Amino acid sequence: MSSITIEKSASKGINDLLRHLLSTGKVDAVLAMRMMPDTGAWDLALVTDVKNLKELKPLAPVMTVNASQVLSNLSLSGKKIAAVLKPCELRAFVERVKREQGSLENLFTISHTCGGVFPLDLVAEGKVDRLLPKYEKVVSAGEIPSNIRDTCKACEHFIPMNADIMVSAAGECKPGEGCMIYLNSDKAREALSECTGEHGSAVLDSTSLEKLATARAREREKLFSSIEKDCSGLDGLVNIFGKCVGCHGCSRVCPICYCTLCDFESINFDYNLPYFEEHLARKGALRLPPDTMLFHMGRLTHMSFSCVGCGMCSDVCPVGIPVAAVFSRTGESTASIFDYLPGRDVTEEIPVMIFKEEEFPELG
Amino acid sequence: MKDKKEKSSNSEFTPKVVGFLCNWCTYAAADLAGGSRLEIPSSFSVVRVMCSSRIDHNLLLTTFFKGADGILVAGCHPGDCHYGEGNYYARRRFAQLKKVMETLDLDPERLELVWVSAAEGNRYAEVVSDFTEKIRKLGPNPMNSSTRF
Repeated sequence: MSSITIEKSASKGINDLLRHLLSTGKVDAVLAMRMMPDTGAWDLALVTDVKNLKELKPLAPVMTVNASQVLSNLSLSGKKIAAVLKPCELRAFVERVKREQGSLENLFTISHTCGGVFPLDLVAEGKVDRLLPKYEKVVSAGEIPSNIRDTCKACEHFIPMNADIMVSAAGECKPGEGCMIYLNSDKAREALSECTGEHGSAVLDSTSLEKLATARAREREKLFSSIEKDCSGLDGLVNIFGKCVGCHGCSRVCPICYCTLCDFESINFDYNLPYFEEHLARKGALRLPPDTMLFHMGRLTHMSFSCVGCGMCSDVCPVGIPVAAVFSRTGESTASIFDYLPGRDVTEEIPVMIFKEEEFPELG
Repeated sequence: MKDKKEKSSNSEFTPKVVGFLCNWCTYAAADLAGGSRLEIPSSFSVVRVMCSSRIDHNLLLTTFFKGADGILVAGCHPGDCHYGEGNYYARRRFAQLKKVMETLDLDPERLELVWVSAAEGNRYAEVVSDFTEKIRKLGPNPMNSSTRF
């Protein structure tokens, strides 16, 4: 695999790379995380002017929105865009492309080995800057920081799949000691042929990430078994989803829930007098707002096999429901019957859009 | 789920079972069974759909949430779909819903998929009676007794 080594820290190296792409006109815009130097506020930014590049912090462990959501329409604009995505954002975008909600054609996807991101409350409280040095130390030692999202702790796919350009930022790369950039596609090799740095050929040293992989697998098991204990069976689900206020925030921030005409937002769930009469005649009491559990169950059955476990849903839940953990666990189990892994390959069809003539002999 | 054991001995319990039948095969089989004067449990309610593949997950979930004790989804045998391949998609979607119910420990045995052709009136009567009996043994859907969702 072609590679470029830049004698700078990974975060400075990636900024050099973005500068090269934008100033040579290889791309029209850059999409990445940004921190405003005056206020310390974080957001996701689209930048077309080289002078605004210095505000970007592409490798920062912050996800204010799953970038694959905003990238959908941008990717169809015909402009060339370099998008710095976390591995789960890239996988989510691939899932969106499969659903005709975007295109990889005009994109340079840049991703990096990911140590996990901070929950949004820490970001909103302005604590990221203070927490970063310790985060970088823990991640480069191949360990899991204690204050990242629960689903990040339990994420086993922290090495990007199929990014055009991959930057080594966890495990292998020590902060401030050289930045390794791997070029996975012809498009990337062509665009970066004149980028400064030492050009060569190398493969990501995954042995340095083995320790992290083992730790993550252990966390995943721990998270899933706690969810299995607390959030299964009718009683468990009623307890966990009984807190739901019905804001649908989890579905709004979900990169997979793309339907603009969501059934749960439709007239089918516009409650009227006959609904209340029917329900009350049967049960004598009704929980309001109604159907919050049906909403979660509906989402679980409609899209959980494509869940990439980015954790946005849990982060925005106002009442602290571990939505992401329930979805990750259920999604892993539904995807397993189809031997499916969301975001693995853009040519791999969504399980419910294909079939084999001979399968599931135990049904029917 | 919890009161499964105590209720299972209750032979008085008449389960509400809803069948989603495909128009071209199983609904015709139901007609044939009726014409042949075969006995069908009177508590079995039929919803006719144009194809088993048109049954959305939300429809089945809503049926459970509204108190059905069991749901039978029935269509043409694989290879015999009126529209070519609808039942293959239905099977995949069904497998997925069943897996979600299994993972969440939500009585997946209350949901069943069967293939019954238009000529199988006898088989239709058998399938419906057997499934109704199975649900009677399982007891009432616990979703009926909770007012919390």
